[in-house]
Amino acid sequence: MGKRTVVPFGPQHPVLPEPIHLDLVLEDEVVVEAIPRIGYIHRGLEKLVEKKDFQQYTYVAERICGICSFMHGMGYCMAIEEIMEVKVPERAQYLRVIWAELSRLHSHLLWLGLLADAFGFESLFMQSWKMREQVLDIFEETTGGRVIFSVCDIGGVRKDISTEVLTKIDKTLAGMDKELKEVTNVFINDMSVKLRTKGVGVLTKQQAFDLGAVGPMGRASGVEGDLRSTGYAVYGKLNFKPIVDEAGDSYARTNVRIKEMFQSIDLIHQCITLIPEGDIKVKVTGNPNGEHFMRVEQPRGEVVYYAKANGSKNLDRLRVRTPTFANIPALLETLKGCALADVPILILTIDPCISCTER
Amino acid sequence: MGQQIIQPVTPSDLLTEVIKLKDAGYRLVAITCTNKEDLELSYSFDKDYELINLRINTDSKTEVPSISEFYPYSFLYENEINELFGSKIVKINIDFKDTLYKIPVKTPFGKKEGDE
Repeated sequence: MGKRTVVPFGPQHPVLPEPIHLDLVLEDEVVVEAIPRIGYIHRGLEKLVEKKDFQQYTYVAERICGICSFMHGMGYCMAIEEIMEVKVPERAQYLRVIWAELSRLHSHLLWLGLLADAFGFESLFMQSWKMREQVLDIFEETTGGRVIFSVCDIGGVRKDISTEVLTKIDKTLAGMDKELKEVTNVFINDMSVKLRTKGVGVLTKQQAFDLGAVGPMGRASGVEGDLRSTGYAVYGKLNFKPIVDEAGDSYARTNVRIKEMFQSIDLIHQCITLIPEGDIKVKVTGNPNGEHFMRVEQPRGEVVYYAKANGSKNLDRLRVRTPTFANIPALLETLKGCALADVPILILTIDPCISCTER
Repeated sequence: MGQQIIQPVTPSDLLTEVIKLKDAGYRLVAITCTNKEDLELSYSFDKDYELINLRINTDSKTEVPSISEFYPYSFLYENEINELFGSKIVKINIDFKDTLYKIPVKTPFGKKEGDE
């Protein structure tokens, strides 16, 4: 056994836009154990349900994270709608799925850029983020915002998208599909990229299940779970099958996210083809009374919204279990046995969102 | 969306029920605490998108056994609940002893709006 050294990693590190700390126990340059520490920016947003009424809280839910902002708002609204037995118009459901899949696309593009930046492939980083801009432009055109949209509301959505704009989005994404193939081809086939990702940080299917890994982290190890399979919103009406890989390494996690981007473009195309005319919102009256566990599939994986209401305008409790929180134990497992130089890449391959984790 | 079941259990029966779910191939999804008059703990498990929630009503003085022996990754949930709500989940495999979060207020979620 070599000499053991403890290297503190974070909370401030070039690869981490947000603070998380790991104590890395090393033998020579190999990690034998990693001890996490979070909570540097805990905001207590869940507690705000005691001050903000359940309608106002939609705006707070969106601010849990700047990347999945729409999906946080959507998940929260769906939890309240389940409690209040609100039937959301079909057109609003389609619009929600379009914005949700655009969010997935921009989140995965952001992640690809960060990964490229982490292993020093600057042009790849810039190409990925250049494409992401096109998605943000669509958000701006359809919602008025590029980060926080405030279009999801209890009972439906606040804004409609015209047929002309939907056609334009479809055309933009079809053009992007071609560009995406060129860029992702580098992530899949470039030798220097493969050297940093292939066979690195392997998480077996059994380990992924035993450690509760969710989202692309679990699916890259062969765990099929994807809540879109349950058919919430209008996913049940779309041709959808979860993307799964078996290798469980950083390369597989990259591959799953790349395939999911093409899948998102396809899902948006299906929505644009199928979206019916009609209302985008129903009026919601009264206050919620009851409880519900709502789960949706965010870009990083399963997120849980537990809402408990007492018939007043304020909820008793809102609990948000984010995918990064669920993936930390799996990350710790992948770090065991890896080289110190691979730690930044491995942390990135769970696509950590500390803002979500510190809700 | 799959079915949601809420099954009340006592702290002393918790581990027995958890072992049954573990043996049946359920995944731990989350542990949630709600501060009503007492503390209400919900242990959520999933199999084929069906959610089973074991529900315990307890207080900040009663010991609740950790389930980390069977679901090792429960340590994050259990540490969070102890630290934010002041519950007494004991024998956690990795016990941060109230240092998981860097927060200046002790058990902030254990207090209701208007409490001292």
